[in-house]
Amino acid sequence: MLFFKLIIKNTFRHGMRTILTIMGLVIALIAFGLLRTVIKAWYSGVEASSSTRLITRNAISLIFPLPLSYKDKIKSVEGVTAVSYGNWFGGIYIDQKHFFANFAVDPKSYLKLYPEYVVDPAQKEAFLKDRRGFLAGRQLADKYGWKLGDTVTLKGTIYPGDWDFVLRAIYKGREPSTDEMQFIFHWNYVNEYLKGVHSSRADQVGFYMEGIERPDMAAQVAAKIDALFKNSLAETLTETEKAFQLSFINMTETILAVIQAVSFIVIAIIMAVAANTMAMTVRERIGEYAIMKTLGMGAFRIGALIFGESLTICAIGCGLGIALTYPAARVFAHAVGSIFPSFDVDPRLFIFYAAASFLVGVVAAIVPTWRAVRVPIAEGLRRIG
Amino acid sequence: MSRQKPPIAEISHVYKSYRRGDQIVPVLEDITFSIEEGEFLALMGPSGSGKSTLLNLIAGIDRADSGTIMIGGLDITTLSETELASWRALNVGFIFQFYNLIPVLTAFENVELPLLLTGLSRKERADHVLMTLSLVNLLDRMDHYPSQLSGGQQQRVAIARAVVTDPTILVADEPTGDLDRVSAQEVLGLMERLNQELQKTVIMVTHDPRAASKARLVRNLEKGILT
Ligand SMILES: Nc1ncnc2c1ncn2[C@@H]1O[C@H](COP(=O)(O)OP(=O)(O)O)[C@@H](O)[C@H]1O
Ligand SMILES: [Mg+2]
Repeated sequence: MLFFKLIIKNTFRHGMRTILTIMGLVIALIAFGLLRTVIKAWYSGVEASSSTRLITRNAISLIFPLPLSYKDKIKSVEGVTAVSYGNWFGGIYIDQKHFFANFAVDPKSYLKLYPEYVVDPAQKEAFLKDRRGFLAGRQLADKYGWKLGDTVTLKGTIYPGDWDFVLRAIYKGREPSTDEMQFIFHWNYVNEYLKGVHSSRADQVGFYMEGIERPDMAAQVAAKIDALFKNSLAETLTETEKAFQLSFINMTETILAVIQAVSFIVIAIIMAVAANTMAMTVRERIGEYAIMKTLGMGAFRIGALIFGESLTICAIGCGLGIALTYPAARVFAHAVGSIFPSFDVDPRLFIFYAAASFLVGVVAAIVPTWRAVRVPIAEGLRRIG
Repeated sequence: MSRQKPPIAEISHVYKSYRRGDQIVPVLEDITFSIEEGEFLALMGPSGSGKSTLLNLIAGIDRADSGTIMIGGLDITTLSETELASWRALNVGFIFQFYNLIPVLTAFENVELPLLLTGLSRKERADHVLMTLSLVNLLDRMDHYPSQLSGGQQQRVAIARAVVTDPTILVADEPTGDLDRVSAQEVLGLMERLNQELQKTVIMVTHDPRAASKARLVRNLEKGILT
């Protein structure tokens, strides 16, 4: 078809300009895709959390602890089936870049409460027995090549000093969304040390985790737990694990909002770039469009030529963007290390790519088309020669 | 005794001015004349006298300020933009000084372009294009792009494009203005043949007396007034 041939030929008339525009679009789409994937990864911790678990923490702030003595009182609350507790350890492996979550927990009750961490019984036994032992997620162990029996040293931040741990067990996630990047060890190991050097900091718990009978009891049980400690020295705030995860996220909400905004700004910028390309192109060809109008072509056909060209550029950009997003995500995930439990590209993203590319193509063509159609033929012809 | 045919074009009391800044520059003033069917008219006059403007009005690519332009019995000043576009596609063939071919299309495709607006099939279009290219003697160059053709050859492609839809009127704005003498002769000869053999009405703007000598009627435009 001559008409389509004309569109394709026009598209590549200024090869360099077209290629640069396509590249811009591809980069913008991939940037958008990666930012979206970051946001999704951030929230995946929430998706993985259970609604039959509650978290109790100090009502003032997460950074203030609760006394260990609360454990038995919490256990006595109706509807609570299990209680565990732990501290955020905040240890650093090698340097800041190698981030992974590390917790000191009461191991036996913790594993009962988190059945999604699947551990071989013999390994579990070894872990529970060794006070210096630790349990690692499969991905974490794979990442650093740790084998059972290896000693791993974390540099303490909240608890100073170098801490040696021995890998005794590796867990697999029961669900794809289960975080396999955790580093879990004995609360007692830290507590006994504290008893020796900082007795005032001993027997303190960062948070309690409770299992409850049914998800619909959550609000009621949480209220009962908090009522127990009302007017005590350390009042508590109990919420579902999901809400707890979300409050973590809320701290970073501003950052997420910025990322969100940036991802759309990127699209707006490429819209401007594409519009500029089309404006330049059409300005150069005003004479040619005048000829076509002279031959009897109306606004519809002139518009189809310009929209066709704009959409061709965007379709190529979209295709390349889709093709390159997976490799880009892999490189990105590798570069940022293990901040995110899972960094998977959501294929639904590509629906957005297509929609955004289409929108860019249409928007970029509107003004140039309007100009080309509106310019009087006689004036367009005068611009030739 | 045969009754005289009505003129193909009747231009009456046409005025046209352009706006330059906040100044209004009159270009054509009270132009009235008619053109017989099958005429070969040369419009002459100094540069800036309004020849192109008048030609554009007759061809329906510009609008008069006032006056009527009857072509083949139809007052084209009353048509809408869209109607005018369809009217041009059917009735007028254009030849320009700078050939104005589409550079990314071959000679064949350039000639085919106006046929896209007709209901012809691909095969019919190809037949028309080949016939017309043979008329301008360029069959052997049909796959060449404009940049691969000489000026004279490009102008012959442009002539083929102008006549492929079989319009009644051919308008040519300085068709030899950019050509050497030999090519100019070829192009003029071709236009003469189109006029004589195919009975096209030809209206040609030129300031080349040699070109004008091919015409059967020469009119002069000076300062917007036809003499
Ligand atoms: N689109 C336009 N805008 C302003 N002035 C114009 C325009 N077209 C033509 N003119 C002016 O009208 C006059 C006649 O132009 P034109 O018809 O092109 O003359 P010619 O073809 O005889 O050289 C000139 O003075 C030209 O500058
Ligand atoms: Mg002129």
